Amino acid sequence: MAEFLGIQLKTPLVLASGILGNNAGILSRVHGAGCGLVTMKSIGPNRRDGHNNPTVIDLGCGMINAVGLPTPGFDNMDAEWQALADRDFPLNASIYGGSIAEFAEVARFVSDQGPDCIEINISCPNSDHHGMLFGVDEKAAHAVTAAVKRVIDVPLIAKLTPAAPDIGRIAKACEDAGADAICAINTAGPGMVIDIEAKMPVLAFKKGGLSGPMIKPIAVRCVYDIFRAVSIPIIGLGGVTTGEDAVEMFMAGATLVGMGSAVRYRGIQVFDKVNRELVDWLGAHETNREAVIGAAHHPAGRTFNDPVSISNDRSSQYRKSTP
Amino acid sequence: MIFDQKPVMVQVARKTLHNPCFVTLFFDLAIDFQPGRFIMVWLPGVDEKPYTISYHGPERFGITIEAKGRFSNQALSLSPGDWVGIRGPFGNGFDIISSPDVAVVAGGCGMAPLAPLVEQLDPNLFFVHGARTKDFILYPQRFAVKRYFTTDDGSLGHRGFVTDLLAAEIQRRTEQAQFEMVYACGPEMMMHAVFTLCEAYGIPCQVSMERYMRCGFGVCGACVCSDQVVCTDGPVFHSDQLRKMTDFNRTALLKSGQPVALSEYMSWRCQ
Repeated sequence: MAEFLGIQLKTPLVLASGILGNNAGILSRVHGAGCGLVTMKSIGPNRRDGHNNPTVIDLGCGMINAVGLPTPGFDNMDAEWQALADRDFPLNASIYGGSIAEFAEVARFVSDQGPDCIEINISCPNSDHHGMLFGVDEKAAHAVTAAVKRVIDVPLIAKLTPAAPDIGRIAKACEDAGADAICAINTAGPGMVIDIEAKMPVLAFKKGGLSGPMIKPIAVRCVYDIFRAVSIPIIGLGGVTTGEDAVEMFMAGATLVGMGSAVRYRGIQVFDKVNRELVDWLGAHETNREAVIGAAHHPAGRTFNDPVSISNDRSSQYRKSTP
Repeated sequence: MIFDQKPVMVQVARKTLHNPCFVTLFFDLAIDFQPGRFIMVWLPGVDEKPYTISYHGPERFGITIEAKGRFSNQALSLSPGDWVGIRGPFGNGFDIISSPDVAVVAGGCGMAPLAPLVEQLDPNLFFVHGARTKDFILYPQRFAVKRYFTTDDGSLGHRGFVTDLLAAEIQRRTEQAQFEMVYACGPEMMMHAVFTLCEAYGIPCQVSMERYMRCGFGVCGACVCSDQVVCTDGPVFHSDQLRKMTDFNRTALLKSGQPVALSEYMSWRCQ
C-alpha cells in the first residue's frame, strides 16, 4: 500500500499519461495488473485527431513518439465519464489546453467528473500550440497552475518537461501556485529519426518525444533536482522498466514511480513484475520504500539499511527551496 | 526475421492485380510468420497502416490491399521497384488445430489473413467465402481445397450469408464430427454472427479484429476494444475473450479516441 495526496494506492506505481488510457476497461485492467494509480490519456478543450502515422516508433533503447494529443474533447466524453463513475480504482485525469483559459475550462469540467486527482500536462512536445510552452517558463507554469488550482476540488499534479532549463525552478513555481504534487518527466527532446533510404523523418510530425530506458538518466536527474527544490511529493517516471529502476527513482526523491514505455518491453503485467522486484529488493536490503525515498541526497550515501537515518520528513535537511 | 522497430525500407518485388479492387504486393524479405499476424506499412509522406500477411514463403511475403481510402489507393498505385517501409510482424495469429473438423469463414477481404491459414489446415476442412458479387471474390483460383461461395446477389454460389451455410453444416454434423474450431474474418457484423452461432452450439471460434492503430505494439491505446488491446492481445481473439468484449460489434474508437457506434467507425475507415 502507498498513500499519496490522501489517496490509498495498492502499489506505489503509476501508469503514465498517453499510454493505453483510452477507455475505462483498459484503465481497470492496468490497475488489476498491479498499477496503483492509472492516468487517462490527456484530455483537451476540443476534439483533436492527433497526427497521421507513423506516430510511435520503437528504437530498441526506448521509443520516439508524436501522437499529437488526440482527444474527443472534454465535453464529448459522457459515456466514458459514466463508465468511470463506477470504477473501483484511483484515477488521475490528465488535461491540456492551448491557453490558461482553456486549461481552466477543461479542469473545471473534469474536476466535476470525480477523478481522484488532476494532472496538468504542461510538457507535451508533440503539438505546435499546446503544453510545453507552460512547462519551460516559471511565470507561465505558475500562472497555469494557479488558474487550474482555483477551479478544481481534487489534488493537482503538474507534469513537467525535461526541456526546462532548470526543472527545479519550474517545480517550485508550480508548488508556490498550489500544486499538490509534481510528475516528472514527460518525454525528452524532442528528437528526430530520419530514414536514410526514404530520405525523410520517420514520424509524420517529423520530431517526437523520447521515452524509455534511453532517457532514464535524464529523468533521475530531474527528479533529483525537483526533490531539492520542493517539499511536495513527486511521481518519478522516465525509462523505469524494473524494480531496481524504481528504487533508483525513489532514491532520487520520487514518492511514486510511473511507467509507460515499459509496457512495450514487459507487457501490461510490468506493474506486477516491477512491484514484486521492488518488494524483493527492499526485503533483501531490510528496508522499505519510505526509507529509500530521497536516499541519494544523504551526504553519507549508503545508509538506507538504517531506516531512521533517512528522514521522510518533507522539510528534510536534504531538500531546500530554490530562491 | 522480426523488424518491429524503425521501419525497414523494402522494394515492391511483384504486384498482382486480382481485380480492380484487390492488389497484392510482394516483398522479398524473410519475415517471421504465423497466419493472422500483421505488419505496419509506411508510405513515406502519406501514412502508415496495418496489413495482414496474406502470402508467406521463406524469402517472400505478400500483403493484399483493398481499394478503400486515400492510403490504400496510393498503395494500389505502387509498382515493382517502389519503396515502402515495413515494421513487424505484430500481434497474435491464429492457433492452428490439426483436425479435419474445422471451419474457415471468410467475408470479403477478410479472406486475406485466412488464406495462409487455410493452406496450413487439414485439406478436409469446411471452407466458406462470402462477397458482394462474384467479381469481389478474392483469390478465386488460389486453393486446392473445396470452397463454398456465397454472394449478396447470387452471382456465385449461395445467395445470402456465409452464416447460412455454416449453420446448415453445423446442424448436419453429428456430435462426434462437430467442428472443433471455427475461424472467421470479415466484416465485424459477420464475425459476430459467426461467434453467436458458434456459442449456441458450444463451438469455440477465433476471429481477427480490426481497429484504428498507431504503435502496433501495445502502448498507445488507439486500438483498445473493451479492455483488450487489439494490436497485442489480438488481432486474433478466441471465444473466451470475445464473450467479455462488450465493444465487439458495437463500439470502436475514432482517431481522436472518441468511442462511436461501429457503423460510424466503418464509414470513417472507408473514407
